[in-house]
Amino acid sequence: MTPEIGHFALALALAMALVQSVLPILGAGRGNILWMQSARWSSFGQVFFVGIAFLALMQAFVTSDFTVKNVVENSNSLKPMLFKVAGTWGSHEGSLLLWTLILTVFGAAVALFGSNIPLSLKARTLSVQAWISVGFLTFMLLTSNPFDRVFPPPDDGQDLNPLLQDVGLAMHPPLLYFGYVGFSIVFSFAVAALIEGRVDAAWARWVRPWTLAAWMSLTAGIALGSWWAYYELGWGGWWFWDPVENVSFMPWLMGTALLHSAIVTEKRDAFKSWTILLAILTFSLSLLGTFIVRSGLLTSVHAFAVDPERGLYILGLLAVSIGGSLALFAWRAPTMEPGGLFKPISREAGLLVNNLLLATATGIVLFGTLYPLFYEAATGGEKLSVGPPFFNASFIPVMLPLVFAMGLGPYLSWKRADLAGVLQRLRFVVVLAVLATLVTWYLAEGGPVLGYLSLMLAFWLFFSTLREWAMRIKLFEAPFPESVRRARNLPRSSHGMTLAHAGLAMAMFGFIGSTVWKSEEIIFVRPGTEVSIGGFDVTFEGAERVRGPNYFADRGTLRVAREGNYVTDLFPERRTYPVAQTTTTESAIRSTMAGDLYASIANPAAEDESTQGAWTLRILYEPLVNFIWIGSAMLVLGGGLSLSDRRLRVGAPRRKATAPAALPAE
Amino acid sequence: MGRILAFIPLAIAAIFGGFFLWGLNPDRDPNNIPSVLISQPAPEFDLAAVDGLETPGLSRADLVGNPRPVIVNVFASWCVPCRAEHGVLTQMVEKDGLTLFGINYKDKPEDATKWLAELGNPYERIGSDLSGRVGIEWGLSGVPETFIVGSDGTVLFRYVGPVVGETAISTFREALIQAGALARGQNG
Repeated sequence: MTPEIGHFALALALAMALVQSVLPILGAGRGNILWMQSARWSSFGQVFFVGIAFLALMQAFVTSDFTVKNVVENSNSLKPMLFKVAGTWGSHEGSLLLWTLILTVFGAAVALFGSNIPLSLKARTLSVQAWISVGFLTFMLLTSNPFDRVFPPPDDGQDLNPLLQDVGLAMHPPLLYFGYVGFSIVFSFAVAALIEGRVDAAWARWVRPWTLAAWMSLTAGIALGSWWAYYELGWGGWWFWDPVENVSFMPWLMGTALLHSAIVTEKRDAFKSWTILLAILTFSLSLLGTFIVRSGLLTSVHAFAVDPERGLYILGLLAVSIGGSLALFAWRAPTMEPGGLFKPISREAGLLVNNLLLATATGIVLFGTLYPLFYEAATGGEKLSVGPPFFNASFIPVMLPLVFAMGLGPYLSWKRADLAGVLQRLRFVVVLAVLATLVTWYLAEGGPVLGYLSLMLAFWLFFSTLREWAMRIKLFEAPFPESVRRARNLPRSSHGMTLAHAGLAMAMFGFIGSTVWKSEEIIFVRPGTEVSIGGFDVTFEGAERVRGPNYFADRGTLRVAREGNYVTDLFPERRTYPVAQTTTTESAIRSTMAGDLYASIANPAAEDESTQGAWTLRILYEPLVNFIWIGSAMLVLGGGLSLSDRRLRVGAPRRKATAPAALPAE
Repeated sequence: MGRILAFIPLAIAAIFGGFFLWGLNPDRDPNNIPSVLISQPAPEFDLAAVDGLETPGLSRADLVGNPRPVIVNVFASWCVPCRAEHGVLTQMVEKDGLTLFGINYKDKPEDATKWLAELGNPYERIGSDLSGRVGIEWGLSGVPETFIVGSDGTVLFRYVGPVVGETAISTFREALIQAGALARGQNG
């Protein structure tokens, strides 16, 4: 019975979305307040009904209701409870339902918290948001109904892909979707502004918190996904430039550009059409990601079960939403009056450079991701794949100047900056960065030049970010209590920027350390075999068969010592899930700030005399890899601090009160 | 000017859309990697032996005129799956009496020598493809890859990835039988 309730709730949500996509926007055109206000209740209604559908599906998973096809295909009665719950969004249908739920949550959040937004803009925004809802609800009801039944019901289900049975991964899609889909509301704001024909500082200020919230979730989602790949896949890497990783990374890059260009629109009333374009493109890239993952267009480890009908439907959706919004942009953008002027050396110019580099980087990732498809189409069927060498060779050279600009940008003042004065202040930072790099070079005994260049820029970013913060609060210049008082008075968004920029520098230490100074050994081992790696002596003591709730495993025991002293034991496992007929690698990791010692085992493929009783051991030492996760956490926290800034929360003033000149330069 | 600029995003999006529509063709399978070499003569190449190894080098002439079709395996010491595949290939040589040639792909000679010393050397001939040039001729998509070449020098079969595990081995054995290198029912 519950699945039918869920199905019916989806239909009701669609009905509400249809009303909301017409009534409020018409009301805004005619000045009919009642029609405009109807958006509030239909937004709540949508989230209510989609929420019911979501809970109904979850109930089917939790109670292992094997009359529901989706549960049969993606769950199993033996599965631990956490993964039964997570199974709700483990399949194409379920994740689409989650997608739609988050879409409606953002609509309702604007209806609930957007009391400072003018009624007409809010009504238009919510109507646009409802258009997206209509698209996805019909997609679900017509092609991907999660509540389809099976008859006769089987005894047990086929189990969720065991690789996906991991706590980090259970949380990864919801966070990623909050980011992905969160940009929908920014898109709706942009389209509404184009329809209204008015973009100004106040608009940018209303949009910024939503952009920030979406960006934070996306950052956390990507970091979690990368963390999962590192711990679960057993390859010892954290980023593979897989098409599906790329499609989540592109909205992040674009969203980061948007975050910064919206600042210029807010403070200086400039970059208006650019900000609007970025808002449209960021969500377009999210939609593109959905399309690529669900259409089987490219080959990837992530792809869902493929169905051409679905692919065609989403492509239609893409054509209408992206094509429509870009056509609207082409029509309306030229009429937007340009904003404040600025000199080539100024905060605006710095942010422009940031935007151009981020957009270029996005373009590179987009091109590299889709090149196999273009190539195949152009040559009539020949295939190739684009791998890490392309991305490393093209993406990194764009990111390095960006990191340099990031160190410089916050020192520049709006309109016109004094470059000589800024460089004067940064002398100390340059010296420090060079010294730190030289010390590393001395300690690490060699490595590629590009590695040291990247490292120097990471140090530069780190020190210059801290220096800027210290300067603002007059640390060591004024008495300490004075500095504390200044730190308290500094806007939180300012602290947020410091934390986020320093976080990126931290993450860079991790990227560089674990790429440049990584060491790896792959060998056959028998009980008693010893390996030396990264200053550790690892002894393989043997392997045994162990049992888990829905799997059995071969577990190896490794004894780790350093200079003769016992450090720890590691237990890498090779798990076999009999129901899903899959094996997974559970690597064992000894994690410290200095680096991770990472071990995984497998049976040798062919048993002959030379490999009898032997195991394949893969052991890696990845220096500084944990800095990546710490840096990512700092990025998210920095976003959170900015989001909690007074300016964004309360009294974001009405249009008249925001003459840009009245704001202090930051 | 501004008007034209504003149309650029839309135009680019439309081009992308065209490619996507083409890509959705249901007959298209992005995972299927065809080989232009199947039923074609093997490419012309002449590779020197691996430095420090007694096994002779490999050229196209060695592929022609063998009594039975031969296996050409592309391997490298840096390639993890090759290590797993090595035992399977060794068995095919030792138990089935097949002829195995190797192309050592982008590998340091000393590493390759060490690797073969550790695992054993089932290869009759090994060509050292340091630059990866010959790999391009063969249309490699990665390492390992294994080809079956007929006595007239025609490429009969290509296997992408390691020949490891039941399914892969039976697919490969079936291809060997089809090629006439193995008799049906001959067990390894």
